[in-house]
Amino acid sequence: MRIEKRLQPSRAMVLLSPVLALVLTLIAGALLFKMLGHPAGLSLYNYFINPISDWYGVSELLVKVTPLLLCAIGLMLCFKGKVWNIGAEGQFIFAALVSGYVSLQLMAVEGFWVLPVIIVAGALAGMAWAAIAALLKTHFQASEILTTIMLNYIALNLLLWGVHGPLKDPDGYNFPESALFADHTLLPLLSEDYRVTVAIYIALLMLAVVWFVLSKSIFGFQIRVMGESAGAAKFAGYKNRLLVWSLLLFSGAMAGVAAVSEVNGPVGQLIPTLNLGYGYAAIIVVFMGRMHPIGILIASFLLGLTYVGGEMVQIEQGMPKSIVGLFQGMLLFFLLACDLLIQYRLVLPGFGPIRLPSDRTKQVAS
Amino acid sequence: MLLTRLRQTLALLALVAVGNAVAEPLKVGFVYVSPVGDAGWTYMHEQGRQIVSEEFGDQIETSFVEGVAEGADSERVIRNLAKSGYDLIFTTSFGYMNPTIKAAKRFPRTTFEHATGYKMAKNVGNYMTRDHEARYLAGMVAGAMSKTDVLGFVGAFPIPEVIRGINAYMLGAQQTNPDIKMKVIWVNTWHDPAREREAAESLMLQGADVLAMHTDSPAVIQAAEANGKYATGFNSDMSAYGPKAHLTSAMQHWHNMYRAKIQAVLDGSWKPTSVWHGLAEGANDIAPIHKDVPEPIVALVEQHKAQIIAGDRSVFQGPIYNQSNTIMVSDGQQMTDAELLKFNWYVKGIEGKIPQ
Repeated sequence: MRIEKRLQPSRAMVLLSPVLALVLTLIAGALLFKMLGHPAGLSLYNYFINPISDWYGVSELLVKVTPLLLCAIGLMLCFKGKVWNIGAEGQFIFAALVSGYVSLQLMAVEGFWVLPVIIVAGALAGMAWAAIAALLKTHFQASEILTTIMLNYIALNLLLWGVHGPLKDPDGYNFPESALFADHTLLPLLSEDYRVTVAIYIALLMLAVVWFVLSKSIFGFQIRVMGESAGAAKFAGYKNRLLVWSLLLFSGAMAGVAAVSEVNGPVGQLIPTLNLGYGYAAIIVVFMGRMHPIGILIASFLLGLTYVGGEMVQIEQGMPKSIVGLFQGMLLFFLLACDLLIQYRLVLPGFGPIRLPSDRTKQVAS
Repeated sequence: MLLTRLRQTLALLALVAVGNAVAEPLKVGFVYVSPVGDAGWTYMHEQGRQIVSEEFGDQIETSFVEGVAEGADSERVIRNLAKSGYDLIFTTSFGYMNPTIKAAKRFPRTTFEHATGYKMAKNVGNYMTRDHEARYLAGMVAGAMSKTDVLGFVGAFPIPEVIRGINAYMLGAQQTNPDIKMKVIWVNTWHDPAREREAAESLMLQGADVLAMHTDSPAVIQAAEANGKYATGFNSDMSAYGPKAHLTSAMQHWHNMYRAKIQAVLDGSWKPTSVWHGLAEGANDIAPIHKDVPEPIVALVEQHKAQIIAGDRSVFQGPIYNQSNTIMVSDGQQMTDAELLKFNWYVKGIEGKIPQ
């Protein structure tokens, strides 16, 4: 069996590869669970269906998806323009610190403007953190991959300083946590029974906006051109610097809003373990979603489901966490591995290439 | 006739219903902050779960979720347990306090127990061990075994629980070595073996020759073993991680508290209480002491242990001086639980300042 490159990417495989990956994951997962002595069907049910079998479960999935999707929206634009922002995590944390500070200052002040101020503060803080990387890239040619990663650690240490120092709850027995935020500084819940907040609407709205910008606006076209070929973009007279700045600032703002959605949502205070890796997980979401708005929407739900499903099999079947991690890794592996079939095809000895009806590729003499 | 039969049937049905209610096991859930592993904080909670699970047999059904981060995820896990029909839920890390209180509001008929926090509610109690008592005994061994007269301590977070342990260790060490000093490094994490080890290396470079930690992994023991120094463990008996280095461990045993709390829920007598058990109740102990430790020291440790258990001695009994040599607890006095819960100063002999 050989693998050979297709003359052009297979359109059928673009749609089929995620389905194939899912089927392979289910089979391999079933085998894995079976081997460990857990009934395969029940385990898969607990992993994928049980967590979302009622509205409460769906709402919890949305809680997990909200920050993930917001971070991914910003990163998608960056990656389209080949600006490798690995710093959504740091932008998230710095924004959490700033919006948390603002929330604590506004504990005693009520008004319709309080929440907008907090959200804007978070967005601006995320932008400010991303601006450092933008400045270093456009004026000093420093690789944004390195600077954004380093800024992640700096942001984390700033958060630790904040909760151990000036923002520590004065009545909290010296525990490194801020006071609980006042209710009017928390994002409104969609329903009293669930933890999901209006931030999910913001995420969906921004997704629609970004989709429109990418597919219909000149700006979106410029991003795509810069991503395909920086030289061509320059030749066409696009201002690359401006593009880099806008992409990083936008992505910082999205990470900032994501931070507000988490801190002023389900958490409700500043804590040292605030960052659950949304900024990093969002990178996976963007690539799994093929940098397409609908793709990242689906990918963020799928990734979110692997987290809540992982908790569910632990609760229901006492499966160890490492098995859950193994299963998540398997799913990601199959998703990425199957993408190989978009650019390449399998050739079985004696049978020639495996063809799909819609394949318009011609066989190369081999 | 018909009526009597109907009545009989109804009575029978009622009996069956009651019978079913009794037969239904109490579902007890545990939430762990790190993977269970084979040593440390979570490992000891898991030991406790296994012991009570065995003892209560059919009366209870237990389950746990491990490695639950102390952020927005923890409230979901706690709520999911409650929603899945768990009647009693133990949340075993400080960072779960507010998520537990929030989840408890949603599930008023579920009972919650949070370890090491300070908040309670009508269906939330809390519990912890007086680990400073075992720390004090381990400190006595450490002080006696130090040649450089410098101890090194790797602390997780500068919170009262950890500061109590550090002070107890120092007071214990002073019992066997009046010249002893101690350096502290904060790693700001409960579980990060790489950082814990780095801190241990750094303490040894600063002259410390007996190490201790208030973190969850045995990394500090391993670092001491690799450098030919001594260390005392925490939570569980960590001798397997450094047969030459391991002097003893300050251990925590949770099963007695778990047994009592579960029994109270089974009896219907549960009330939100704050339980704080130590050496006397078997919630703390020290691991077997290293053979290098001289016999008189071992005897002294045993004597102090017996005195603490008998109530004739308290770890924090006067005279105790702070770092600037001001007397904080006068002779004949001892610190109250309320003071211990807010401990935020170092005793004399510890170097550096508590990050505030």
